[in-house]
Parts: sequence; structure tokens; C-alpha cells
Amino acid sequence: MSNPLEPEVKTNPQGDPITSVEPEQKTNPQGDPITSAAPIKVSGGSKDLQEAAKKQRVVTPEYMFFEAPRKREFITGSEAAKEAVRRSNVDFSVAYPITPQSETMQLIGVLYGEGYVKEYYRGEEEYGVMSAIAGGSRAGVRCFTATAGPGTLRGIEPIASWPGHRLPAVAMFTCRVVNAPLAIQPDNIEISYLLNCGMIVFHAENQQDLFDFIMKGFIIGEKNDVTLPVGVACDGFFVTHARNYVDMQEKGIKLPPRQAWKGAVPVLDAENPPARLSRDAPVQKSNFMAYNIHAVWQQEVWAGVERSRRYIEQYMGGLCAPENVEGAEALIVASGSAAAQSREAIRLCKDQGVNVGFIKIRSLRPFPTKELRQLCAKAKLIVIPEFNYVGWLAKDVAAAIYGYSNAKIVAGPHVYGGMSMPVEMIVDEVIGGLTGKKSIAVPESAIMGRDVNQAEVAHFMQNI
Amino acid sequence: MLLQGLPAEKERIIVPGPAGFMPPSAAQLGVALPPSGVGIAYGHHVPEDIAIAEMARQMLTKPNATIFPGPMVLWAWNEHAVEKAMAVLEIAAQIPNVLIIPMPDYRPKYPKVDPEEVINPNHPNLTIWGNKIEACIFVGVHCHYANLTLKMIRAGTNCCTAALCAEQGHEDAMLSVHDMDAAKLRRVAQIFKRVREQMGINLPSDGKNVRYTGLQSRVNGNETHINPLVALKPGAPPAGVHMPSEGQMPH
Repeated sequence: MSNPLEPEVKTNPQGDPITSVEPEQKTNPQGDPITSAAPIKVSGGSKDLQEAAKKQRVVTPEYMFFEAPRKREFITGSEAAKEAVRRSNVDFSVAYPITPQSETMQLIGVLYGEGYVKEYYRGEEEYGVMSAIAGGSRAGVRCFTATAGPGTLRGIEPIASWPGHRLPAVAMFTCRVVNAPLAIQPDNIEISYLLNCGMIVFHAENQQDLFDFIMKGFIIGEKNDVTLPVGVACDGFFVTHARNYVDMQEKGIKLPPRQAWKGAVPVLDAENPPARLSRDAPVQKSNFMAYNIHAVWQQEVWAGVERSRRYIEQYMGGLCAPENVEGAEALIVASGSAAAQSREAIRLCKDQGVNVGFIKIRSLRPFPTKELRQLCAKAKLIVIPEFNYVGWLAKDVAAAIYGYSNAKIVAGPHVYGGMSMPVEMIVDEVIGGLTGKKSIAVPESAIMGRDVNQAEVAHFMQNI
Repeated sequence: MLLQGLPAEKERIIVPGPAGFMPPSAAQLGVALPPSGVGIAYGHHVPEDIAIAEMARQMLTKPNATIFPGPMVLWAWNEHAVEKAMAVLEIAAQIPNVLIIPMPDYRPKYPKVDPEEVINPNHPNLTIWGNKIEACIFVGVHCHYANLTLKMIRAGTNCCTAALCAEQGHEDAMLSVHDMDAAKLRRVAQIFKRVREQMGINLPSDGKNVRYTGLQSRVNGNETHINPLVALKPGAPPAGVHMPSEGQMPH
């Protein structure tokens, strides 16, 4: 017999007591718990878990990025992404888990519960996720998602259609090995698949970059003359799982909402292209289209990429960040985690009395072609370390500075398939490149530019 | 670099075509969008008034000059859209014999477009060719579709294109000015008036300077011309229609 002085203890179907902080669990007709119901209500209490989100103040991007006081915290990359989304006034986010992204999108779910993200759900798989992001963006709301490796490739068809549909959104790519064989370790080969989609692509070196690039990506991609998606890539685990210091604005402020009515295309109009074209005859085969409609459409997408340059300069301080370039004996050009490793390699070189300059690439699309031509004009040796087999960055750098620099370009060292990159590998290439000592890590075929075997270079270029 | 006048003929980058089978976009040719207060003339940055005055000269001298109003000034989305539409008519009122051919939407036209009556971003060259238009102004067109259109016209026709853009402008137009709200559009009309008077070009005494297309003429009692300021004032919205204030809908 129950004690009338004690409150009755409610139990769930398994017989476990329901504590007062547990929300009432609603189920759908199939009996599955409904997890997307918002907001969470605390029984018996009046505290609104979304109160802090409701009190967020909208500030200008200029204040948010350049004037707002920042506080330093020691957090993981996934947590940095969460904090960026918290301050970005995101309307809609869709998740599908994959290592090493899972924690990121789980944390976005926490933000949803706290009211910082207006809608959030788990998709069926990445094709569905990226398609849902397309729908959300076309409807005019601010969208965020993240994926990695095989997930990126599974979603690549809708991802590659975002730019043509002129859909601003931010997608975070926490790069990892692309199968097969199955592996979940770091490797940024997937970036090479993203470079020619027509989207803007940033590569974050560390947790701070990730935090800043996500927030700035929303603002840059939503500019009327850009109106394009932004991919923010980072090297999985090294950035997502490791902790680092991140300087962040207070949680009580957020970016202005997306103003979709100011975009380059009308929002969600199923009677107009590109939505209309999706159910019409293929444009290049239609008698109702000019012969060059798709061609000028592609031109317009890439013109949008070009136009983003001035905003990247305005908000991110440039497409690349040169350090100590003038007078350096050699230059290292790197992006992502390879940039972090390069900094340490440069310190070791300095210990050996070798003065090495550094160019960190922040923006892969648009690519800092003009900047590199100027910065590399007097360089004698350029070393380009990468976390992938194919050397996509080296190819881009070599193509950009061809005819503008006589430098010997070492496309390496490369690590891939989950390997880390000892900084000594980079040091060896710098010292070896300057002294003529043969490398044990970089084949001669991966050395381009001055004083190289052109037949070997031709072989290398064919094989990447 | 900001030029203080129009670029010399040999320096011009974006000029009336036909530019060729598949010419590079203006962005590929290095033409960037200018900051506020600066226009584009033939691929170069010039003061806004210089670009507008050149628009006026082109529209006042080239055969079959046409204004192409897009959805953002054709439909009464909000009060500001109506105000802008009236300002566009003030510009039209300064150009003798001008045509006004709408781009009412962006959807492909089935079974085929009537190029005399409308222009469409999927095949704008047909309207330019069909009406032998050698100078035109786009206004109120969403930027993406304006850019597609401008590229195709430059590729395949000899038309001198101009854009009055509410946003950042259009590098693929031969002449472009931006941030065009109603007040700036009215200023464009004033510059057109000044240039017209300087060139000694008179308007018809009855003010009927806008030339009807064939269909426009047929539905208007076979009249050939109309005074845009007298006849085209908008009526009140139908009963029960809420007119949203500025900023709620397309600008």
C-alpha cells in the first residue's frame, strides 16, 4: 500500500521511475518515440530550456566578427562547430551520422533542444540529407549540415547541384578516408571531389578556423552576388576530436537571419527554373531553350565564386595568409592540418638556420591564384605537404603559378589512409630541396618546375 | 581602377556582340562588381552618373530601344515595388518611341515563346532578334536570371545592354548601375531627361512616347503609342488584398 504522504511515482513501460526532469515521451502511431517535438518541457517546473536562445540579440556581421569581445575556451572542433552554429541564427539542420562527424551533428541536436536551431532531424542517409538541405535553402531558410568521407561521396550528387540551384548553405566536411577498404581515419581526398562543384570551399587549419569559417561562410554565401553554398572542410579527428583554444563571442548574440528575398533567385518557386527545369526536358536538348543556356548557367555559378573573393577578403582577411615570405629561402604552401604541421616544421628549420616562409591557403574555391603568383614570384623552392595521395593542392598551386615563378615545386610529402604527418618529413623536403639531397618520401616524378626531369613530371601529372 | 569618363574604344571589354559561339563571362575576363556609387561602363568602373548618361545616349539613339521590366517591378509585391514601377515609367517617359517588353517570370515558355511580346531568360536572344533591338535596359529582374540573359544577348546579338540593379550590379551588362531603389530610379529619369535635352531630342507633344508591341496595341484599341505617366498609373489593390510593407517580399 502506498504511503499517502509520498508522491506517487510514475513509471515508464519498462517499470523505471520517471524522474521529474524527464520530459514526457510522445510516440507516433508505430510506437516510436517522437524526437523532433520541440520544445522540451520540464514537468512541474517553469524553467524554459530555450530561454537563453530566445534572449539572443541579433548583431551585424561586422560587430560579430571584428568588434565583439571574445573569451577563450579549450574545446574540440565539433564543439567549435556547435558554438559557431549557436551564434549563426540557423533555421534548419539535418543530420546523418558518420565518423568523424557524428559528434558534431549530435551537438547540433543539443542546440535544437536548447532552441538555437529552429528545425532538426535525422535523415535517412546522405543523399536525403543533402536533398533536404537543398529544399530548406530553396525555401529561404539558413541551413547547416555536416558529413565526412563516404558520406560526402554519397551526397555528392545533390551537393554538386546546390550551386546550380543557387542555394546558400554551409556544409562542414570532416575529412576522412574514402572507402574501400573500409577505414575511418584522416585523409582529405574528399576535398578533391568538392573543388569543381561550383561551391565555395574553405579548409580549416584548426578549431578556431572551423568556428570562424562556419559563421563567415553563412554571410559570404548569402550575399546576393554570390548566392552559393559554402563547404567548410577540416581534417577529421585532428580538428574534430582534438581540443584547442578557440576565442569566441558571448553566447547571447547571433548573426542576422538570412534575407532570402534578397537572393539572386526567388525562393521556392516550383514554376521557375531550376526547379521547373528539373521536370522539363534536359535544357541542352530542348527546343525551348537557347543552345547555350546551360553553358551560361555554369558561367554564372563560377562568376558567383569569383564574386565571393571580395567578401572573403573583407571577412576572412584574404584567401591565403602569407607569413615571412619576403627573403625566405624556401616556401611551404599548405592548407588544413598540413598547415599546422608546417608551422612546426618551419620552427625546426629555423633551429637549423634555414629561413622558411609560409603561405596558408584558407580558400580553395575561389583559389588565391593572383596572390600566389605575386607571393611565389621570387621563390626558389616551394614545398606542398598534403594529407592525401593525389596532391590536389600541389596541382592547383603549380597551375596557378606556371609562368609566374621559376621555383622548384615539391608536391609532397604526402600521407594518406589514416597516417599522421611527422613534421620531420616536411623538414626533409625543405632541406633536401635546397641542398639537392634526394628525397626518400617524395618521388622525383612529384617534383615540378625548375631543374627537374620533365619526363618524370609528365608521368606525375598524368597519374594524378 | 575608377575611370573618370567612358573607357576608350580599344580599352572596352564588354561591348555589343555578337561576341561569339561561347564567349567567356565578364567575371572570367576580370570584370568585378563595383562598390556603392560606382557603375560599370563596358567592363570598367566609372562614376554612376557617367554610366547612366551613356545608357541614356544609347537608348536615345539606337533602333528599337526597349525596357525589359522583370517580376520585381511588374507585380505589386509591396508598396515599394509599385513606387519603383512608377519610377521605371518615368524613365520610359524620357525615351521617344521606346518599347516596354516584360519578363513576367523565368519559366520556359511552351510550346514556344512569343518573342515580340515577352522576353525569357532561357532564350532572350529570340526577343532581341525578333524586334531588332539594339539597346535595352533590364530592371527588376532577379540577378541570376539577369546574368544568364545578359550573357546570351552578348554572345548572340548586337544589342547594347544596360542594367538598373537593386543589388550589386551586373558585370555582363555593357552598362550597369546598382543599389537602385525608387529614389535612385527617379534620379536615372532626371539624367535621361538632361541628356535628351542636351541632344536636342524632343518628346511627342501629347506625351505618347511609349510604342506598343503588336499585342499591346490590339488590346488597347489599336492605339500605337501611350503616355506612360498618364495611362499606366496603378489602380488600388483589389478588395481584401493586403499590400505588404517594404522588405517583406521581393524588392
